[in-house]
Amino acid sequence: MIAPELTEEVLALTKRRSYIELGARDRALALLDPGTFRELLGPFDRVESPWLPMQGIVPQSDDGCVVAKGKVDGQPAVVIALEGKFQGGSIGEVCGMKIATALALAREDNERGKPTRAVLSIESGGVRLQEANLGELVLAEIYAEMVALRKHTPIIALIAGMTGCFGGMSLAAGLASYVVMTPEARLSMNGPEVIEQEAGVDEIDSRDKPFIWSYCGGRQRYGTRLADVLVEDDAEVIAASVRDLFRRGLPAEVRSSQHELFLDRLGALDPNKQWTANELRDVWKDVSHD
Amino acid sequence: MTEREASTGRRWFEALSGTNGERSGTPGSLLIADATLGDERVTYIAVAPDPDARFMRARHAELGLEEGWFGAKYLTDLIKADRNGIKRPIITVVDSKSQAYGRREELAGIYLAAAALIAAFAEARLEGHPVIALIVGRAVSGSFLELCGQANEIIAFNSPDVIVHAMYKEAAARITRRSVAELDKLGEKIVPLAYDIGSFAKLGALYKLLDVANPSEPADATVQQVKTVLLEAIASARSGPRDLSRRLQSEGAQNLRQASLIVREKMAQQWAES
Repeated sequence: MIAPELTEEVLALTKRRSYIELGARDRALALLDPGTFRELLGPFDRVESPWLPMQGIVPQSDDGCVVAKGKVDGQPAVVIALEGKFQGGSIGEVCGMKIATALALAREDNERGKPTRAVLSIESGGVRLQEANLGELVLAEIYAEMVALRKHTPIIALIAGMTGCFGGMSLAAGLASYVVMTPEARLSMNGPEVIEQEAGVDEIDSRDKPFIWSYCGGRQRYGTRLADVLVEDDAEVIAASVRDLFRRGLPAEVRSSQHELFLDRLGALDPNKQWTANELRDVWKDVSHD
Repeated sequence: MTEREASTGRRWFEALSGTNGERSGTPGSLLIADATLGDERVTYIAVAPDPDARFMRARHAELGLEEGWFGAKYLTDLIKADRNGIKRPIITVVDSKSQAYGRREELAGIYLAAAALIAAFAEARLEGHPVIALIVGRAVSGSFLELCGQANEIIAFNSPDVIVHAMYKEAAARITRRSVAELDKLGEKIVPLAYDIGSFAKLGALYKLLDVANPSEPADATVQQVKTVLLEAIASARSGPRDLSRRLQSEGAQNLRQASLIVREKMAQQWAES
């Protein structure tokens, strides 16, 4: 005999629509109010990377970044969604410039009295090595625009997985007003393979997946208050959590301005030890500025 | 106390500021000094090697957890102190390896320490502080993004030891499964991939590519030369916009960032159509 509780749980699962399995365009659709999605520089504009074909790589007509204007919770919004399946969500000239420009246009609207909010749905391995220094330059321009825009309106960084948020885009998540993660998502500056390469397998074993998720997965980032919301992989639930965060308005102090808190947190750590994720949680639990 | 490790960055920091940049309460890897430049009171900042750095993966001029958070706090206090007065120019003297690569760093959120430092430089620029980056050595990956990216004006020495890039050549070759020779060849054809500073200058983000005699050893004449250029850059920053738009208006960008310019123009058009 099947318990009724289980039946409901199974039913709920069948109704759930995974956000992780959606492509960038469908993610933007899922976050915007129904019927308000309007893509800017869409595939038909064919603004592609000029650098990839020179290296024998097939470009994509949106360069792995979907920018859509619309509404969130009835308010003007722009959603910027990266596509992890194209070149690992890496930041090249075109997709990086699409992000920076969308943020700049949102800021200009805010300055003119039209409060336009911004969501960044990030899947990115970092800078696109085939466009190297142009990637560095557009990243700097993205950061500049984030710092300017977040004075007017919250910027929400949403990291669902499975690519995760690494390299240059992890710094963008660090500049966001709020961070939303699923348990499947990872947020980290240097990828595990890079650290293993630079510092050795004793530092990080990149094949040890449970260990990697233990220190940079959504649960740990939320557990150490580096993420504001931990949410299951459900497109409706994720969209609702984004609306809720915008209702909170601007945070009293963005995370990247909490210098005293994080200096105290660093001070509380024994630098000679390799901590486990749980040890870090325990030590940081006692360091609070609330 | 271990003896201070020499580096091009440290030598130029000391030659320009006239001090060793040590301060009680901030890490030894983070050099900060107030100094006089022409008629200006300026602040110099650098990240240099420190064998005593608290976190061992940040002992060779890496931007680590402490460099990011202490640097961000210092700049934020400086912005507050100058709120109602002359906005002090801030000059980074850049010769730093990269971000720090370590397990502790990732656990404790090095991405956020980097973001904090970037935000502090960006805030300084938005408040009207001239932010100048002087690249005398390595500005790779996190070192470029954290110490140069938000500057109004970037100056680089025209020297084979100066390198701006996303990743060092050996690591990039490994990851893209190319040989170092192949990477060099690609760089000749594809400017953003090249490792020489002359190629980086072509992308239009530099205020000046500066020829300096014996760039790794500052001398009286070259220090004076660099100070003159710094003062020009400060004047340029004060008279220019507080955003980074000039990087895209440069001749270099007109040539090599056409895709960037198309994105900006077309997206602005389409944004307005509603």
